[in-house]
Amino acid sequence: MPAAASRGWWRVYAVADVLLAVEGLSKRFGGVVASDGISFAIPQGELHAIIGPNGAGKTTLITQLAGELTPDLGEIRFGGRDVTALPTDRRSRLGLARSFQITSLFLDFTALDNVALAVQAHAGHSFHFWRAARKEQALREPARAALARVGLAARADTLVSRLSHGEHRQLELAMALATGPRMLLLDEPMAGMGPDESARMVALLRELKGELTILLIEHDMEAVFALADKITVLVYGRIIASGTPAEIRANADVRQAYLGEQEQGAGKASEAAHG
Amino acid sequence: MTLLTPRNALVAGVLALLALVPVYATLTGNFFLLSLFTRIVILAIAAVSLNLIMGFGGMVSFGHAAYLGIGGYAIGILAKEGINSGFLQWPFALAASALFALIVGALSLRTRGVYFIMITLAFAQMVYYVAIGLDRYGGDDGMTIYKRSQFGDWINLSNKTAFYYLCLALLLVTIYLVWRIVNSRFGLVIQGARSNDRRMRAIGFATYRYKLTCFVIAGVLCGLAGALLANHTDFINPSIMHWTRSGDLIVMAVLGGMGTVFGPVLGALSLIALEEALPALIRAVTLPFLGGDSAARVAEYWQLALGPLFLLVVLYARGGIEGLVAGVRRG
Repeated sequence: MPAAASRGWWRVYAVADVLLAVEGLSKRFGGVVASDGISFAIPQGELHAIIGPNGAGKTTLITQLAGELTPDLGEIRFGGRDVTALPTDRRSRLGLARSFQITSLFLDFTALDNVALAVQAHAGHSFHFWRAARKEQALREPARAALARVGLAARADTLVSRLSHGEHRQLELAMALATGPRMLLLDEPMAGMGPDESARMVALLRELKGELTILLIEHDMEAVFALADKITVLVYGRIIASGTPAEIRANADVRQAYLGEQEQGAGKASEAAHG
Repeated sequence: MTLLTPRNALVAGVLALLALVPVYATLTGNFFLLSLFTRIVILAIAAVSLNLIMGFGGMVSFGHAAYLGIGGYAIGILAKEGINSGFLQWPFALAASALFALIVGALSLRTRGVYFIMITLAFAQMVYYVAIGLDRYGGDDGMTIYKRSQFGDWINLSNKTAFYYLCLALLLVTIYLVWRIVNSRFGLVIQGARSNDRRMRAIGFATYRYKLTCFVIAGVLCGLAGALLANHTDFINPSIMHWTRSGDLIVMAVLGGMGTVFGPVLGALSLIALEEALPALIRAVTLPFLGGDSAARVAEYWQLALGPLFLLVVLYARGGIEGLVAGVRRG
């Protein structure tokens, strides 16, 4: 169908079980173009990684996908439905769950309370004023299961403010999982983790890979190339390459983008050393 | 979980004290004390209601006294127009408070932080000046309510002891209600929104409508306190809604402890007790040094002593009086 293809190529993908499709997404902040005509489609079950140097607009992209930012132009379709104008909470209830790069939790609640809230958000409306929510097994059990899944079962009753950074990252994921999502948007789930914790997170993501569609932003290239089915490379808000890990590894543009970044980094480091 | 903790002992002690006030007043004939405690109990209802949105919901309303006025004026206006039945007056007072809370909340909850505080303050000031402009209902001077709300044979509000116990019962009902609410699903949403609103939306909550509902519940409860206050003083004037009144309510909640349902009761009790006791205390302490006239003049500056006390609580006892005793926060 050439007509359909020219009108919007993602419509063709829609037949092939595309879960998330983005077309022509653009967002600028003043003079800075954070997203520059981004288009891609993620089929059901794929783990799609987005990589790129700092400031490439990866988090801005996820923030638009999650609905906290509205794109200036373009369209986001989730499960065949146009969600571009839907607020965050509606997208979450459709099954689009995100985790935050900078840990965003309820610090004065216990770990279990945090996850139970995520369960509650998807268990009908919360205009229940009378029953003690902390005693509702229908909320507590799935929450415990999600905590166990990320390896935090033993810390269920600990206040989140007392958990370590690595545990915060695990809890971020547990909360996203507890919403029973169809798709996870993970913003650097391994940021700031030690090697052991990272290895455990990679193992967990590999486990989840079969069950859920995942969009992963991550700086840890080893993890990305080990996990991803497909990789999209973002530089200055624009997609410069998209393909399988092998294709991306071989891509000259990608190498240059990363080499350039490294050189800049080295330049800054030497400047700092001289200054 | 043991029942006999210092905190529970304090709560039980305060409740016993409140329950026995009329007995003591009758035995000694000290009806000023009964009137004072009626005031404490009524303002405690207002402080508990404010704490629902401020302590648990993180919505610092600087216009909560507006509901005292709206509840009070609802009673006063109907009384003036010859409608004395409490069965009409009270629902009218609560409905008026709910409507006002709905309007204020719908607008103010779209903002955050200082802007939220300013908008709630602005609305309260608006009602304050509207009340001043109500010439038919006394304007600046206010009006006397010649007849308290009539509840037929159910209860006679003019009986001071009966009225006190009604207020105390309503305070207990309010505390229980708020306690159930904050531990319910709804309450957890409210507390989650205080803690991290952005995350709440990311996990799927449309927090605005929950916060707005909470705001209206608090407004209605405070409107009830206003209706009681008008019946207690047999009088209503705009000063009940002055922004310093809203400040008093905030002080009560902070002083008593925002993290718990009962804290504001302790706050109301201590603030009003200090207001009454500090001048006398200062006079007594300074009398030997200064003599009668000077001591009386110094006592006029009792608020100079109240300020530092409040400061100490804010600086060193973040959980308020209740937190000091319990050592535990929240819930």
